[in-house]
Amino acid sequence: MNTSDSEEDACNERTALVQSESPSLPSYTRQNDPQHSTTEPKRRRHANSDSEAGCVTHGGVGTATEREPGHGPDGEDEELTLKYGAKHVIMLFVPVTLCMVVVVATIKSVSFYTEKNGQQLIYTPFTEDTNSVGQRLLNSVLNTIIMISVIVVMTIFLVLLYKYRCYKFIHGWLILSSLMLLFWFSYMYLGEVFKTYNVAMDYPTVAMIIWNFGAVGMICIHWKGPLQLQQAYLIVISALMALVFIKYLPEWSAWVILGAISVYDLIAVLCPKGPLRMLVETAQERNEPIFPALIYSSAMVWMVGMANPSQASDTADRSAGRYWHRYCLRISPLIRRRVKLGLGDFIFYSVLVGKAAATGEDWNTTLACFVAILIGLCLTLLLLAIFKKALPALPISITFGLVFYFSTDNLVRPFMDNLAAHQYYI
Amino acid sequence: MTAAVFFGCAFIAFGPAFALFIFTIARDPLRVIIFIAGAFFWLLSLLLSSLVWFIAMKASNAEDTKVQKGLLIFGVMFSVLIQEVFRFAYYRLLRKANEGLAAISDEETSPISVRQMAYVAGLGFGIISGAFSMINILSDSLGPGTVGIFGDSQYYFITSALMTLAITLLHTFWGVVFFEGCEKSRWWVIAVVVCLHLLVSGLSLLNPLYEGSLPPVYAVTVLMAVWAFFSSGGSLHNLSLLFTSKRSEVESS
Repeated sequence: MNTSDSEEDACNERTALVQSESPSLPSYTRQNDPQHSTTEPKRRRHANSDSEAGCVTHGGVGTATEREPGHGPDGEDEELTLKYGAKHVIMLFVPVTLCMVVVVATIKSVSFYTEKNGQQLIYTPFTEDTNSVGQRLLNSVLNTIIMISVIVVMTIFLVLLYKYRCYKFIHGWLILSSLMLLFWFSYMYLGEVFKTYNVAMDYPTVAMIIWNFGAVGMICIHWKGPLQLQQAYLIVISALMALVFIKYLPEWSAWVILGAISVYDLIAVLCPKGPLRMLVETAQERNEPIFPALIYSSAMVWMVGMANPSQASDTADRSAGRYWHRYCLRISPLIRRRVKLGLGDFIFYSVLVGKAAATGEDWNTTLACFVAILIGLCLTLLLLAIFKKALPALPISITFGLVFYFSTDNLVRPFMDNLAAHQYYI
Repeated sequence: MTAAVFFGCAFIAFGPAFALFIFTIARDPLRVIIFIAGAFFWLLSLLLSSLVWFIAMKASNAEDTKVQKGLLIFGVMFSVLIQEVFRFAYYRLLRKANEGLAAISDEETSPISVRQMAYVAGLGFGIISGAFSMINILSDSLGPGTVGIFGDSQYYFITSALMTLAITLLHTFWGVVFFEGCEKSRWWVIAVVVCLHLLVSGLSLLNPLYEGSLPPVYAVTVLMAVWAFFSSGGSLHNLSLLFTSKRSEVESS
């Protein structure tokens, strides 16, 4: 069916998008040079990447910090880091929560995304409709291996593209990918919502709605747009992507893939020869920002030195940043900070919570996974504040999420059900 | 009809708790983090107690209902004790974090006091406890169905909502009192909190005899409210100031 092909295309584009995100650059705190603050995009640490449609996935978190010239010694930095740390945690809690809420609401109301009719992505060719448990487990592990290898290959391909300065290619890929997501997937989603609520709708109206939604989205994400609208679009496309994953990944494969992707994230971001790390280092050498088109930036987004026009990427982020730059520079001379989280992280968090919501009538599992993921994110950001270097955002949250999912589903659910049946309260 | 029950019970069970959250916690990032971490600690305690109950249940005869009921009651009591242990553990964690925050802050004091943390932690425990008790019931109340078709009580939803509200508020008050007791090293306070928690859970064992469970639980709630008020530094003088200052504001305007 067409789905597979489009998935592939989406994947390719996504991969490009994903790869283009760079994990955080190593800390600039030690290299601070006040004199150059106005000319170079120095003290900036990027946040990371994200992953997409079934192909490559990286997660990562980073903090961009810019400091005014002549700021105090490192001790004060520490304090301000931790003081502002809580604000940034909340700035990431809100979009992650919103994305999860959208996914869970859709899963619980639109049955399309929980129906399994035998279609699978081409990246997970082995079926799970086998008789024996062992066979099913084997198939899911094989599916995972295929998926992860596709991701690794795509990542390396992207790193090579970036290394050899094929910016136009990457750009084109990025644009095609977001086109697919904003138009085609949202059209599908709208169709399913209408079917669920039995809303009578005509094609011209739908065409208008989708055209407007998609066009504004493309402009917001790839060019200029109000920050909050851009954030909203990023949340929506992450949710759409997560829903596609939830629909097309088979049950056990999805869980194994979630686990494997966290391990891969850990390796890719932290190992010296990891592809993401190489991407970051290349970007650092060239002193350029790395296609921030698909990173979610927090509200205090603000990009110093993006005023350097020679770079290829012309994103809403940058423009929004320049806009803020003019105002913020005069108003608040204190540290301006930004925390970024890759869209891939949004997607995989939402996949986990969505799958928890999809299995059964129980809301407790969904709630438990939600809290676990938020705490994981909190811990990751705490580690970020302590270590001040690029960190993968997936491992801790996904581990907590998986532990809580399986334990709540198997242990807590029967306990709470029994208690509720007798109306006992603990 | 079901929508009415759903909204009614939802607002009864979660209205005050969410109001407290929105007005006192939502604006401060640090409090939100402490709140979510509190919820996480309660979840951990629930996980542990469910594990113990599950093992005990699997080890025993599944057919024997009396044994199963006994095990469930044991599970309830054990869960209460574990919750209090985790409350203490959270207190220790927050104290350490507080010292860290104070050390790196420029005013020599931490941006949040232990009393505020006690309140937030208590509310975290309360909301997640209430959510876990009530959410499935709320979602069932939306669907088609008949309450008590096999002869059970008609008042299942509303009593669940009322009980959930009581438990949420109780956790908040227990948090305040508990942390204060730990700060001042008054161990009898902790013992009383644990006993009251056991009492409340024990009273819920009387359900569906709602006259036996709900009024006493609410009496305990009011008692705890008063105790928490005085324990966190409130006094009758403060209360009277509150009313007189309002009156003087009205006069001057």
